[in-house]
Amino acid sequence: LGLALYAGSLCAVSGATFLYHDYCVIGAGPAGLQAAYFLQQAGRDYVVFERSHAPGSFFALYPRHRKLISINKQYTGKSNSEFNLRHDWNSLLSHDRRLLFRHYSRDFFPNADTMVRYLEDFASLLKLQVQYNTAIIHVTLEKNEQAWNGHYFLLTDQDRKNYKCSSLLVAAGMWVPNVVNFPGSEYVEGYETVSINPEDFAGQTVLILGRGNSAFETAENILGVTNFIHMVSRSRVRLSWATHYVGDLRAINNGLLDTYQLKSLDGLLEGDLEDLAIVKDKKGKLHITLRFYLENRNISKGIDSITLPQDELDNFATRAPYDRVIRCLGWKFDFSIYNRSLRMMPGKGNIKKYPQIKPSYESKGARGLFVLGTASHSVDFRKSAGGFIHGFRYTTRAVHRLLENRHHGVPWPSTVYPVTQLTNSIIKRVNEASGLYQMFSVLADIILLRENATAFEYLEEYPIGVLAELEMQTGRKAHNGLFVIIMEYGRNFSGADKDVFYYNRAVGEAQHAWQSNFLHPVIYYYKHLPTEREMKLRPPDWPLPRPDAIHHIVEDFLTDWTAPNAHILPLRRFLENCLSTDLRNFFAESCFLFAFTHQKLPPFCQQGYLRMQGLVGSQELWHHAVQAGLLQDYTHTDFSGDRPPDSHDGSQEQLMRDHAIPVRPLQHLVNAKDE
Amino acid sequence: MSAQKDRWVPSVVFLLFCASSIPRSGSVGLQQEPSPQHYFSGLEAGRASLAFFSPSVSAGAQPFLEQIESSAEALQDYGISVVKVNCPKEDVSRYCGKENALRKAFLFRGTRLIREFPTDALFDVNSIVANVLFALLFNEVKYVETLADLENMENVLKGKSNMVFAYVPATGTAEHRAVMEAAFVYGTIHQFVLTTEAALLKATSHDDPDVSSAWLLFCHCQQATDPAQPCRRTALGQPLTLLNIHRHLKLMGAPLVTEVAEDPEKVSTVHLQLGLPLVFILSHKETYEADRRTAEFVAWQLLGKAGVALLSRDLVDLNVLHRSNIALKTPDEGMPIQYLVLEDTDEVITLVEDKNKVKQIQEDEQEEEGEEEDEKENNNQDIQDDQVVEAVSRDKKRELPLEQILVLTEENFHSSLLEAARTVVLFYASWEAVSLAVLRSYSDVAAHLKGTSGVVLSRVNCWDWPGLCSQENVTQFPTIRIYKEGQQSATYDGMWGTEELSSFILLSQVSCPLKLATVDEAEGYLRGEFPSELSSHRHTSLLGVFSTATGEAREAFEEAGNILSGHVRMGMYFEDDALALSRKYSVSPPALLLARSGGRSVEGITLSKPSVQDMVQMIRYELLDVF
Repeated sequence: LGLALYAGSLCAVSGATFLYHDYCVIGAGPAGLQAAYFLQQAGRDYVVFERSHAPGSFFALYPRHRKLISINKQYTGKSNSEFNLRHDWNSLLSHDRRLLFRHYSRDFFPNADTMVRYLEDFASLLKLQVQYNTAIIHVTLEKNEQAWNGHYFLLTDQDRKNYKCSSLLVAAGMWVPNVVNFPGSEYVEGYETVSINPEDFAGQTVLILGRGNSAFETAENILGVTNFIHMVSRSRVRLSWATHYVGDLRAINNGLLDTYQLKSLDGLLEGDLEDLAIVKDKKGKLHITLRFYLENRNISKGIDSITLPQDELDNFATRAPYDRVIRCLGWKFDFSIYNRSLRMMPGKGNIKKYPQIKPSYESKGARGLFVLGTASHSVDFRKSAGGFIHGFRYTTRAVHRLLENRHHGVPWPSTVYPVTQLTNSIIKRVNEASGLYQMFSVLADIILLRENATAFEYLEEYPIGVLAELEMQTGRKAHNGLFVIIMEYGRNFSGADKDVFYYNRAVGEAQHAWQSNFLHPVIYYYKHLPTEREMKLRPPDWPLPRPDAIHHIVEDFLTDWTAPNAHILPLRRFLENCLSTDLRNFFAESCFLFAFTHQKLPPFCQQGYLRMQGLVGSQELWHHAVQAGLLQDYTHTDFSGDRPPDSHDGSQEQLMRDHAIPVRPLQHLVNAKDE
Repeated sequence: MSAQKDRWVPSVVFLLFCASSIPRSGSVGLQQEPSPQHYFSGLEAGRASLAFFSPSVSAGAQPFLEQIESSAEALQDYGISVVKVNCPKEDVSRYCGKENALRKAFLFRGTRLIREFPTDALFDVNSIVANVLFALLFNEVKYVETLADLENMENVLKGKSNMVFAYVPATGTAEHRAVMEAAFVYGTIHQFVLTTEAALLKATSHDDPDVSSAWLLFCHCQQATDPAQPCRRTALGQPLTLLNIHRHLKLMGAPLVTEVAEDPEKVSTVHLQLGLPLVFILSHKETYEADRRTAEFVAWQLLGKAGVALLSRDLVDLNVLHRSNIALKTPDEGMPIQYLVLEDTDEVITLVEDKNKVKQIQEDEQEEEGEEEDEKENNNQDIQDDQVVEAVSRDKKRELPLEQILVLTEENFHSSLLEAARTVVLFYASWEAVSLAVLRSYSDVAAHLKGTSGVVLSRVNCWDWPGLCSQENVTQFPTIRIYKEGQQSATYDGMWGTEELSSFILLSQVSCPLKLATVDEAEGYLRGEFPSELSSHRHTSLLGVFSTATGEAREAFEEAGNILSGHVRMGMYFEDDALALSRKYSVSPPALLLARSGGRSVEGITLSKPSVQDMVQMIRYELLDVF
C-alpha cells in the first residue's frame, strides 16, 4: 500500500502545475541570503525557500547558550572597508554600508539573537525574494534537453505545492543532530533540548559526549555549579589556536581545560562512543559500562547482574555514577529530501556529514545543483573558513560568478592593467583582500598575462580547486602564462599536537620567506595553465601543482606587506625573473637617458615617459636618488651652489660614503634589462 | 649535357675557393653586342648566355640594367655570358620588335631559347643567379610541392644516392642562390630537391620551425636498406650560405668512423681541417665489436658537429690512464688532447655540444671561489635598485606641507566636490612610491596655486578608501581628476611634474577653446591679459579667427580644443568684425593667430585643412619650443 501511495503521489506531481524560477535557493540562512543578494544584483529570476517564518532559523535556536564565537571587531585602526572585513566574521557582503555587523552589536562575541535580527534586516532592506513557511520536503529531477543542465529540478513543499527550477542552490545548512546509538542511549539528553539554566545542574555530576565547541560551551555554562564534569569522545581535543582552524575548540569555550589540568575534578577522556553502554540504577544514577558486558547479561536479573568495568578494574576512570549524560555531537546535512536521481551522496571519512561536491561547489551527482554555506565545507574541512559566514560569503560569490558565466555569458569580472601595475596590484590585494585571507589556500587571485607580458588581466577570488578549468569556467583566456596568488600557513606549523609558541617561530628576513609559518601571501607562476591531470597528481596537502616558479612574501607581524625592501623588492625581482622584464620605476630624466642609449626601454618609461606621462619628481627626490647612486647627477653643480658652504663638506662626505657601498651605481642604471 | 658539366666542375671549384683572391685575367662583365644578328651568329653550341634586348636609347630599365651588369661577373663563373643586345630602331624582329619583349631577359643554350624571364623576377644579383641556375639545372634540382612527392623521390633514391633537401622561403633569395650554386657543383653526386612549401618544412623538422628562414637536410639514402623507413637525415644547423652548405656536404661525404692506428696527435681528418673537434673512442681488442658499435652510434649523433675516430689502444702505445675511454682533439693549434673517462654516450655528446661542461669538470678547485661570487650577486639582489622607491623612502622622514590639500574620505567626498566650482583630486596609495613622488609635486602645486579662487586641491588615499576609488573607477595609482561641480570633467594625462600640473589646472579653469565676444577681449587675450584666471599663465596663446561662414573649420577647431583641453591655451573669435581683426594681422579667416611671449609677436596662419586630426597635429607642432 505504501508503494502504491508513493506511486500515486508521483503521478500527482507529474500532472501538477509548477511555479518556475531560473534559480531556487533552499534555506534563508546566511548563505541562502548571500546567494539571493548576488542573484538579485544580477537581475536574475530566483526564489529562496525558508521553512521558518523568518530567516536564520538555525540561529534562533543555536548556539543554545547564545554566544556566537565569530569575532566582531569594532576597531582595527584602519578605514579600509575591505581590510576590515578580515576581522568582521559576521557580516554578509553587500553594497549597503548599514548592513555591517558592527552596527548591530558592540560585543566582540555577539549574541545569536543579533544574528537573527541582522539576517532579517539583510533580507528586508535588500528586498530579497524569500518565500517563508515553505519547507521543501522532496527534490527530484525531470529530464529535459532544453534545460540548462539537461534536467529541471522539481521541488515539493509541505503543502504539496510544486516548483520547477533550472538551477538549484542548496543552502540548507547542517541541522540534523548527530546521534550515537548504544544500549542506554535513551537516558542521554541532547544538546538541542538540554536545559540551559545552570541551577538545574547544581550539585550534579555530568558526563558530556563530544568534544566540539558545543560540548565545551555546554560545560562552560555549568562549570561553576556541578560536582564535576567529565567529557568523553573518540578524538583528542583540537585547539583552534594550534590548528589555525576556526571550527576547532576556541579559547573562549575552553575553561574546562583549565580545571582539568589544575586537577579541579573535571576531566577529559578518550574512547569510542560505539563501545559505550549506560545503565540506570534504582536511584536513577547513570553508570558507564561497555557494550561488551551487556551482550552477556541475563535480562531477567535487572541492573545488579550487569558487569561494570570497575568490577574487574577497580580504578576504572568513569566508575563514579553520573546524574546526567548530555550529547553534544554536532550536526549533519539532511540527505533525506533528495530523490535518488540527484545522487546526493555523503562524503567519505571525516567529511561524511557533508554531501559530496566538487571544488567548484557543484554536486558530484547532479549537474546544476550547487551546495552553499556550511554544508559546502567538505572542500576545506579543518583547513579554511568555508564552513563559516566569513568564509562562505566569498565562496558563494565565487559560485555566483561561475553561474553567471555558465548560464548568462557574463565572464568572470576582471580588470586589465599595463604591466607597470603588476607589483602594485598584487601588493594592494594581499594587503586588503578579505576573501583571500579568510579562504586561504581555497580562493586565489589569478593574473592572466597578455601577449609579450605588456599587460595583464586580474581576476579575484577564483576557487583554485578548478584551476585547470579556468578558461571554461571564467570565459577568460590564459594563453600566455599566469600568476596565482594565495595565502598559506607554513606547511608544518599548524596541527593538533604542534607547539605553536616555540622560539623563533616567526621569520623576519625576506630570504627565509619560504619558511614563514603564519599566514602569508604566496605567488605561483605557471607558463601554462595546469592541466586536470597535474591538478590530480599534486602532492597531498598542496593547494596547487608544482609551478614553474614560486615566491613567498615573508610573514608579517602586522599583516602589512608594504615594506619597500622586505616585501615589495623581493616580489618585484620574482616577477621580473618570471617575465624577463624590468619593473622598476624611473624618473623622467633616466627615461630620457635610456631613450638615447637603449633600443628597448623599461615598461615604466615606455608606458609613461614616452607617452608624455613621465615622472618628473622633485629636487629633494633627485637628490636622494643621486645620493643612493641610482641617478646620474647632471645637475649636481647647479644645486650644490645653492647650499650654504658649511653644509657642503658634510654632504660631500655623505656622498662618498654612499658611493662606497658595493652597488655599481651606473651599471645598475644603465644595465636596464633590454636583451 | 654531362660532358659540359665535366668541363665546368673543375673550373667552378677552382673559382669558388680561389677566385676571390686571384685577380681574373681579362675584363669580365657585360658584353655589348651591336646588333641581334651579330649576337645570334656568335652563339656557341652548348654555351649558355643570358641576353636582353634594348633599343639603343632606353631609360626605363635602368635599375634592372645595373643589377644585370653586376650579376654578369657572378654568372661568368658558371660559364654563362651576359649580353646586352642593342636593337636598331627599325628592327621589328622577334626579340626587338615587340614592346613586351623588351621587358624580358632571355636565356639561351646555343641558339635554343631555354627560358624567358620577366625583368621583375630578376630584381638583384641573388635572384638573377638563382633563377638562371635554376633554369639550367632543371634536371639536377627537382622542385617538389607535396610531402608525397618528397617521399616518392626518397624511395626512388634509396640504395642509389643521397639527397639534399632544401627549403627556402621564396625563390630568388640569397639562400636560394646558395642552394643553386651548391647544386651546380654537387648536382651530379647528390640529388637536390627544393621546395618553398612551408608545410614541407613543418613535416621534415622536429620542433616548431620558423617558416621565414631557410633549412637544409642531408638525407642519407644511399645506405638506406629498409624501404619502409625514411632515410636518416642530418640538418644543417647553420644559415644557408654557399660555404656552410659546402662544408656540410663535405662532412657528410667523410667516412662515418675513421679507424686509426697512430698517435692521436698526428691524426688529422677533414673535421679538424674544417674547424670541428675529433672524438677518439679508445678501443681494446677484446671489446672491439662493441666499441665499433658505440663509435658508430656516437658518430651518427655528432654528424656535422664533430668527427669520430676509433683508436685501437693495443696498436698504439698511449701514456694515459688505462681507464680513459675517450679522447678529444680540438682544432685549435697547440691545445693538448684531453683524455677522459665518461660513463655513457650521452656524456660524449654533451661533451662536444657543450664544451663548457668540460671546463667545469677541470676547474673543480676554482668552484669555491665562484660560489663566493655568487653570494655577492645574491646580496645585490637585496639592495634596492629602484631609484623612485629608494628616493621616496629616504625622503619619508621629511614632513610634507600638505595643509593646502583637502583630505577626502568616503564620507565627505561627494559633499566636498559640490562645494567648489572645480576640485582637483589626487587618487593615490600611501604605500606606493610613484604616488608619493607625485604627492610631493602635488604639494608644490598647492603652494603655487595658493590663493587661486575656484580651485580646490584634494586627495584620496585609496589604501584607506578602496571602495571610493573603485566606485570612481580608479584602477591605477596615481590618478588625477578634475571634478566640475561634482561631475568628473577631466583626467590628467600629462607629465607628473609641478609645472605641467599647475599649468593644466590653470588652463582647465576656462573652456577650451574660449569664445571671445569683442575685439577688445580678443586683443586682451592675445596680450595674455584676458581672461584674468590665466593672467599668471605665461604660455603661447592661440586664437582661431572665423568668419561666420566657415562653419566646418570652426567645428574642427572646437573639436581640437576638446582634445587639447588643459594643455593649450586656445581662444576663438567669430563675431561679425572678425574680418577687421584678421586684416590687422594680415590673414584671411579661417585663420589661427599665435601670440608668443605675452603678445609681443603675433603670427598668423591660414587654416587650410579643416580636419580635426590635422589641426591638432599642427597646433602641437606650432607650440614646440625652438630647438
